[in-house]
Amino acid sequence: MKIILSMLATLSVIGIVSGGGLAMVSSWADPLIAANKKAATEQAIFQVQTAAKDYKKMESVEYELYKVFDESGNAVGYALPWEGNGFQGKIRIMIGLSADAATITAIEILEQVETPGLGTKIAEDPFRGQFEGLPADPQVDWVKGAPPTRENEVQTITGATISSKAIVAIVNDGISQLRSDLASGEDMAQGGAQ
Amino acid sequence: MKKQVTLFTEYTKGVWDQNPVFKQVLGMCPALAVTVSAMNGIAMALATTFVLTFSSLIISLIRKVIPTQVRIASFILIIATFVTIVDLVMRAQFPALSKELGPYIPLIVVNCLILGRQEAFSSKNTPGRAVLDSLGMGTGFLIALGSLGGIREILGSRTFLGLQVMPNAFDPWLVMILPAGAFLSLGLMMGFLNHMNLRRKDREERELVARHLQEPKMSLEHGEEVKSWS
Repeated sequence: MKIILSMLATLSVIGIVSGGGLAMVSSWADPLIAANKKAATEQAIFQVQTAAKDYKKMESVEYELYKVFDESGNAVGYALPWEGNGFQGKIRIMIGLSADAATITAIEILEQVETPGLGTKIAEDPFRGQFEGLPADPQVDWVKGAPPTRENEVQTITGATISSKAIVAIVNDGISQLRSDLASGEDMAQGGAQ
Repeated sequence: MKKQVTLFTEYTKGVWDQNPVFKQVLGMCPALAVTVSAMNGIAMALATTFVLTFSSLIISLIRKVIPTQVRIASFILIIATFVTIVDLVMRAQFPALSKELGPYIPLIVVNCLILGRQEAFSSKNTPGRAVLDSLGMGTGFLIALGSLGGIREILGSRTFLGLQVMPNAFDPWLVMILPAGAFLSLGLMMGFLNHMNLRRKDREERELVARHLQEPKMSLEHGEEVKSWS
C-alpha cells in the first residue's frame, strides 16, 4: 500500500511540475510560432504575386484563400495554398492566380518530401518557372519527354514524372475548386474587395 | 562498490571509448535519418545533448525518491518535458531548422541513448558525474553526427555547411543524400574506426612484448646515454 502511494505521488508530482513548466514555455513560444507561420505565408504570397503590395484572407470559403491587391488597392488576383499527394508524401503549394482565375501568375512549393535530387526539382526554376503566366483554361496539361506544343502545357521532369504530374494535379484541383466557388457566389468576390 | 573513475574520464569516455554512435550503436534513428547535411547533424546532436544533460541532472537529483517500479515512466516524463521545450524553442526561434528536422525532434523522447544513460548511469550516480557523463556522450554524438552529415553533404550535394567545397565538375553522388547513403557512410566509418582500433591494440601489444624481451639491453643503453651527458 505504502509503495503504491509513493508511486502515485512521484508520478503526479513529476507530471504537475512538467506540465507547469511546459505551460510557461508554451505561453512564450506560441505567439512567436504563429508569427513565423504568418511570415512564411506572407512571403509565399508575394512570391507568387509579384505585383502584390497587400493581401486579405477570404473568410467566405472553408479553405485558405488570399485576395491580393496592388499598391493602388486594385484586386490583382488570388493566392491559393493547396495540397495533394506527391510521390512520397504531401506536397503543399501556393498558387498565384489572375483576378479572373484563368491564368496562373506563378507557383511556389511550400512543403514537399520528394526524392532528393529528382523529385525536389519541382521546386527549381526550370520546372516551376513553366507555370509563370501559364493559361489554365480549361486546365493545365502535361507532356512527357518533349517541349510543350500548346499554351496550357508544361513538360514533366525526367526521372520525376510522378512528382511533376502531382503538381499539375494539385494546381488543377485547386483552381477548379476556386472557380466553382467564384461562379456560385458572386458576392463573395465583392465581399473580399472591400 | 565505489567507482574509481576520475571526473575527466567520466567526460572523455563518451567522446571516444564509448562513443554512442560508433561504439554503443545507440541513437541510430536520428544518426541515419537527419544527417543529410552537416548543419542538420549538428543541430540534432545539440538538441539531444541539451535534453540528455538536463534530464540526467534532474533524474540524478531525485534518484533516491523515485520508486524502482515507476522509474522508466518517470524518466520518460522528464525526458518528454525537455524534448517539448526544445521543440517549442526551435519552432519559435529557428523555424527553418525546425522544418528541416521535422518529426525527428519529438522522436528524441524515445532515443535509446537518452533513456539508456538514465537507466545505466544517472539513476546510480551523483548529479555532477551524471552531467559530465551526459556532456561527454553528447560530444561523442555531436562528433558522430557532424562528421556523418559532413561526409554525406560534401559527396551528395557538393557543399559543407551550405558553402560549396567541391568543383562543379564533380557530379554529386545522389545516393549519399538518400537513406542508402546513410547506411553506406556509417558502415564504412565504423569499419574504418574499428580497423584503426585493432591496429592500435596490436601495435601496443607488440611493443609490450618487445620491451619485455629487450629489457636488459634497453637498460644498458639507457645507462650509457646518461653517462654520455654528464
